[in-house]
Amino acid sequence: MAVVPGGRVIEPGSALRFETGDWRSFRPILERSMCIDCMTCWIYCPDDSIIVKENKMEGFRMTHCKGCGICAKACPKHAITMVQE
Amino acid sequence: MLHNDIAVNGDNAIALAWKQIDPDVCAAYPITPQTIIVERFSDYVADGEVNTEFVCTESEHSAMTVCIASAAAGARTVTATASVGLAYMWEMLGVASGLRTPLTMAVANRALSAPINIHCDHGDAMASRDTGWLMIFAENVQEAYDNAIMALRIAEHKDVQLPMMTCLDGFILTHAIERMTPLDTNKVKKFVGEHRPVHPLLDHKNPVTQGAMDGHDFYFEHRLQIADAMEAALDVTKDVFKEFGKLTGRRYNLVERYMCDDADYVAICLGSTFGTMKATVDKLRGEGKKVGVIMPRLFRPLPSAEIAKAIDKRKGVAVLDKFMSPGTYPPLFEDIVSSSLSLKEIPKMYSYVYGLGGRDAKVDELSTVFTDMIDGKAKKVNYLGVKK
Repeated sequence: MAVVPGGRVIEPGSALRFETGDWRSFRPILERSMCIDCMTCWIYCPDDSIIVKENKMEGFRMTHCKGCGICAKACPKHAITMVQE
Repeated sequence: MLHNDIAVNGDNAIALAWKQIDPDVCAAYPITPQTIIVERFSDYVADGEVNTEFVCTESEHSAMTVCIASAAAGARTVTATASVGLAYMWEMLGVASGLRTPLTMAVANRALSAPINIHCDHGDAMASRDTGWLMIFAENVQEAYDNAIMALRIAEHKDVQLPMMTCLDGFILTHAIERMTPLDTNKVKKFVGEHRPVHPLLDHKNPVTQGAMDGHDFYFEHRLQIADAMEAALDVTKDVFKEFGKLTGRRYNLVERYMCDDADYVAICLGSTFGTMKATVDKLRGEGKKVGVIMPRLFRPLPSAEIAKAIDKRKGVAVLDKFMSPGTYPPLFEDIVSSSLSLKEIPKMYSYVYGLGGRDAKVDELSTVFTDMIDGKAKKVNYLGVKK
């Protein structure tokens, strides 16, 4: 792998290859029946860990979810809870 | 060219160089003895003589931050500071070199506080010498001007991509008016050429992230790349000196020697003292003493091999530092001693600390550096011109 001077990241989206899921000590659990697909969690997630397909919230990308809990805090319907790994 | 000569102080000479370069951005905060540089340059901006975006910041820390961001965006960027202003930038100095932003900065060398002192020594530059910046020193106003122009070419070179400090002695060069031969503006523009930044942030067709987390994965490798770039800067600087010499007739070397061919005893110094030392050598040569003086024009990277050659087979080498490192030997002395390790026989070397806080060092005091060595009176560490 070529090391780019100055630590510049010259390839867009390369964070996909940098898996941060093993940083996690809490994991998000979705109660699907309470979810209204408002996408608030998708907006707030600081990574790219909310899986959305055809406007439906379909769970979490656990390879990258750091377990920060922001989605649970932001969810207006309290449909996400954090549990210890 | 003589009819083009002007009488100018070092600060105005640098402002003139910048005017001719017409950089994209200048972000600065005033501090004595640098103030005239940015003051005069802000006149040029206000009068529409340059297209530069001039950013007045609230501190030197902010000035350097703006400069780094601007250079990272791809803009040709200049600034200037001195003394505690440079110290206040210190955190960001390492960011500038670490991100490989090739901005240039004039440093009007001034003592660090405390006790407070606005006069010249090299405390500011020496305290910044390990931050990954290229550093070049000037003997006179002409060189301060020339360095400000050449620095861009060295810093921006694709194999270097490092920020560069052009040091000029506070007051001695910044405020004293000297005769100087400026270049025609179109020649300056042609010499510095168009800036071709590597991976600039504003190249939206090739998106780039700068300042990302590095951690233990690549930090070491990135630091080593800075060391490699420093090594490359030796040849790049030589080439830039050569091209500049062809253009102006002013031929510079990484390590300057004066009357050294047959010299038994040599002194090594930086900055304006090189000029005073030449006069000292002339005087002593008149008395039949075989002495010479050496100045590493480029201080970072240190032209170690050239220094070793210059001091080889001397009976004595005195290293003059306009700075002291309490608790250890001063930096130029340490650098010269380290450089000598490649020699078969290491010459006797003496450290002379002088000129702190603007203490005058004239021909009479500087003569004792040589006569002390010749008479066997020189100690390992000497303090020149201290009141008894």
